[in-house]
Amino acid sequence: ADIISTVEFNHTGELLATGDKGGRVVIFQREQESKNQPHRRGEYNVYSTFQSHEPEFDYLKSLEIEEKINKIRWLPQQNAAYFLLSTNDKTVKLWKVSERDKRPEGYNLKDEDGRLRDPSMITVLRVPVLRPMDLMVEATPRRVFANAHTYHINSISVNSDYETYMSADDLRINLWNFEITNQSFNIVDIKPANMEELTEVITAAEFHPHHCNTFVYSSSKGTIRLCDMRTAALCDRHAKFFEEPEDPSNRSFFSEIISSISDVKFSHSGRYIMTRDYLTVKVWDLNMENRPIETYQVHDYLRSKLCSLYENDCIFDKFECVWNGSDSVIMTGSYNNFFRMFDRNTKRDVTLEASRENSKPRAILKPRKVCVGGKRRKDEISVDSLDFSKKILHTAWHPSENIIAVAATNNLYIFQDKVN
Amino acid sequence: MFVRGLKRKCFDGEEDIEGTLAGIKAIPSYNLQRQSLLDMSLVKLQLCHMLVEPNLCRSVLIANTVRQIQEEMTQDGTWQMINTQSTGQASLDRLVSTDILCRSSRDQAEGKHGPAYGTFSKDFESDQAQDSSETMSTASAVQTPRNLQSNVWEMESPQENKGNFQKSLDQIFETLENKSPNTVEDLFSEVDNSYYDLDTMLTGMMSNTKMGHCDSLETFSSPTNTAPNSNCKSDLNDLDHIVEILVES
Repeated sequence: ADIISTVEFNHTGELLATGDKGGRVVIFQREQESKNQPHRRGEYNVYSTFQSHEPEFDYLKSLEIEEKINKIRWLPQQNAAYFLLSTNDKTVKLWKVSERDKRPEGYNLKDEDGRLRDPSMITVLRVPVLRPMDLMVEATPRRVFANAHTYHINSISVNSDYETYMSADDLRINLWNFEITNQSFNIVDIKPANMEELTEVITAAEFHPHHCNTFVYSSSKGTIRLCDMRTAALCDRHAKFFEEPEDPSNRSFFSEIISSISDVKFSHSGRYIMTRDYLTVKVWDLNMENRPIETYQVHDYLRSKLCSLYENDCIFDKFECVWNGSDSVIMTGSYNNFFRMFDRNTKRDVTLEASRENSKPRAILKPRKVCVGGKRRKDEISVDSLDFSKKILHTAWHPSENIIAVAATNNLYIFQDKVN
Repeated sequence: MFVRGLKRKCFDGEEDIEGTLAGIKAIPSYNLQRQSLLDMSLVKLQLCHMLVEPNLCRSVLIANTVRQIQEEMTQDGTWQMINTQSTGQASLDRLVSTDILCRSSRDQAEGKHGPAYGTFSKDFESDQAQDSSETMSTASAVQTPRNLQSNVWEMESPQENKGNFQKSLDQIFETLENKSPNTVEDLFSEVDNSYYDLDTMLTGMMSNTKMGHCDSLETFSSPTNTAPNSNCKSDLNDLDHIVEILVES
């Protein structure tokens, strides 16, 4: 199994898609809850697997284009088929996933094997009928949106108008219409005329969940810009600019690096945005630009280890963050296969671990604790024992229920609330 | 990137008191740590992924860190102090020579223009016009890495640092002048034309390590015995690159 690079529930939570480093997409479907076993809520089983992207070679630059799936985003369901966007560094694809459980039988000109029948042998005309067959799930690429990005795509976001979507790379954001693959509209361009002057890149972007004219994008300098597409064709001038003033007491050479935002997500309500930087998760009110309304420490014990984390490149890890369905809890990943949840109302937080060794299936997860200094209690783990190769970068939360999907390297964990 | 664990903790805890400055005991170790952070950052910028494009965000963040360190160093004038110490001086030379050569030759091989992240400076549209022979020219390729270098090195006390920088380049100048024009012609005439083919280039580059380039620099510094014929292809290539750097300057 390959390293999972993205996880996403669809809008009903019935389907869960994962993309991996090998360019594959695996979709899980929640099984129908049976009346016979009310205590056993629907589990997720593999529904469809397909190869979304293949490795490519850019002959002009003599570089490989990785097939790794950077992001998957579902379209809202409008008919029996499911649609999703998947993207690697350069190309976005629209996939249609549909079921086939019937097939026509009784053709006049062909027999059941598909061979042509001898016309002289046909004496009776019949109407083909649909007969049930084993369920087959097919994935077909319906659109390929290519050649619009010079830099690496880090985000895609479907607009609430369901007709357009955007793709963002390090320096530009493009707007697409789902029906048109040979044209894309550039809406943000922060590339300087002289690349030597480049000091800031785009790290993530997302459309507002309800206002189809509004989107945000985050930068490597820890800023978020909200743009309104109605003001100008090229949204280089932001409508709102979110930045927290720097804390002078915490200043170091790594301040800028750890302030780089790795993920930005609108709340379901559309009223807040959440950003993830290296050590914290912040919640911002769209109406207040000068500082976040909430800041949560994910793993502050790493603050004294920044030099080592810089040396082994871990400081550049891009963690994602997610809201729960009611925007009351936020979740993000950490190292050692730990992930953290913060309850915005009670202000309580918990650290959990996604690992087979430390928890059995169906057992309740035990909260974990990292001990910072001095005496280590029995169940605690010390900072120096943390495994930095086991990082949880991608997580997802079911849109309405307390079911979460956590990607731990090449394993996918699905957790749900305990049923009494 | 392989995670090597928390072996080194530069800024973490230890106060190494060398006590060369009166009053502020922490400064010498801070400078040393800052210098090592600078070294580390430059190495990270140089480390190139031959097959896959390096991460632009990471490169930009590292470059900003380098810039920040350099600004701070020039502001509190500690650059001078470090430079007078022999260790500091040696590291400066080493940094300058390896960095210039390795970066420029790497950039040339990949046909890129500019420092690690500046490789994307060519617009998508303008890439169309480029052919393989053009990838060999370093016209703008060298300027940008040198700019980054000159930014890092130039702004501090002019005499000593420019002296060091100049010294490395001077060495290169001397050794080249010492070779007779004929031998230089011979050097070039023996270059296999297929070498300009991008694929061969890349293969040749990939088999050379960074140390290989440094070794060839040392070959030039001691011009006594090296006959042109015995130079390996990589040395010829480096000579090519060095000459083009000089032409630029």
